[in-house]
Amino acid sequence: MVSILIISHSEKIALGTKELAEQMKQAELDIKAVGGTSDGSLGTDTEEIEAALQQIDKSEGVIVLADLGSAVMSFEMIYESLEPDIQAKIKLANAPLVEGAILATVESSLGKNMTEILATIEKKSIIEKNNL
Amino acid sequence: MTNKLKNAFLKTADVLVENKDYLTELDSAIGDGDHGINMARGFTKLAEKLSNNSYNSNSELFKTVAMTLISSVGGASGPLYGTAFLNISKVITDQKAELDNLIAIGEEAVAGVQKRGRAEAGEKTMLDTLIPAVDSLKESHQQGLDMQTALVNCQAAAKLGMKNTIEMQATKGRASYLGERSIGHQDPGATSSYLIIKTFIDQFA
Repeated sequence: MVSILIISHSEKIALGTKELAEQMKQAELDIKAVGGTSDGSLGTDTEEIEAALQQIDKSEGVIVLADLGSAVMSFEMIYESLEPDIQAKIKLANAPLVEGAILATVESSLGKNMTEILATIEKKSIIEKNNL
Repeated sequence: MTNKLKNAFLKTADVLVENKDYLTELDSAIGDGDHGINMARGFTKLAEKLSNNSYNSNSELFKTVAMTLISSVGGASGPLYGTAFLNISKVITDQKAELDNLIAIGEEAVAGVQKRGRAEAGEKTMLDTLIPAVDSLKESHQQGLDMQTALVNCQAAAKLGMKNTIEMQATKGRASYLGERSIGHQDPGATSSYLIIKTFIDQFA
C-alpha cells in the first residue's frame, strides 16, 4: 500500500485528518501525521517531519499532504536532504489536506499505485462541495 | 573573523528578542502573528548553541546557523532564513571579504530565499529588504566606493526597502490571503531581514 504523510501547522488538524482518513480505509496502510512545533505551538518541526519520513513505510511510495507555507517549505528542506532513490519514492501532492488525505487513503487501501492516487487527488473536482 | 561573525549572530539574537513584540505586532496585522515569537525562539536556540561551541571556519559557522534555524524557528522564516544561510555557507571563505565577495554572498542569500519562497521583488516579503541591500552593494562596487561607505549605503537601502513594503500588496505567504487589505502595513519578514542586516553592519561598519 502507498503510505500517507500528513503535515499541518496544527497538531490537532494533523491528528484529526489522520483520524478521518483512517475511518475510510479498506485495508491496513501506514498513515503518519505531524503538526505543530516541538514546544506545542502552531508551526512545523523539521525534525519531526524527518523522523516521520524515516519511519514511514516507503516500499510502495509515500504521498505527502501539507497545508500552508512552512509545512511545505519544511518538507521541501528535508526532502532535498534525502538520497535520490528515497526521493523517488516520495511525492508532495498538489491537493487540499483533508480531502486529499481521505481520498488518498481510500485509493491506497484499494490497492492503487502512486500515479493513480495522485491523478485522483490532484483533480480540481476534489474541492467541489455541491456534488453531495 | 569567525569569532567576530559569531558575535554578530549573538548580537542579532539579542536584537530579535528585543523586537519580539514589535515583529509579532506587525505579523498580527497581516499574518498569523507569530513572526516575533518564531524568530525569538529560533535565535535564542541559536545563541545557546553558538555560545557553547567554537567554529573553525566561517562556512561551518553559517551551516550551524542554518541547521539550527531550520529546526527551531517553527514558521516559514525557518526554512527561508535557513536556506539563505545554508547557501552562504557554500560560498563564504575565511579570507578577508572584499566588496565583490560580499556581493556574491548577498546574491546567494537572495537566491536561497527566492528558491524556497518562490517569490520575486515587490511581493511584500523579506526579499524587498534583501534585494535592494544587495543592489546597493553592487552600485557601490561599480562606483568604486570603499567598504565602509558601501556598508552604510547598504544599511540605508535595506531600511528603505523595508519601508517600501508598507505600500505593497502581499502576493506571497499568509498576508496574501488579505489581498488589498495587506496594503498599509510594513511586512514583518522584511522587518526582521532589516534588523539582521542592520545588526551585522553595525558590528562591522
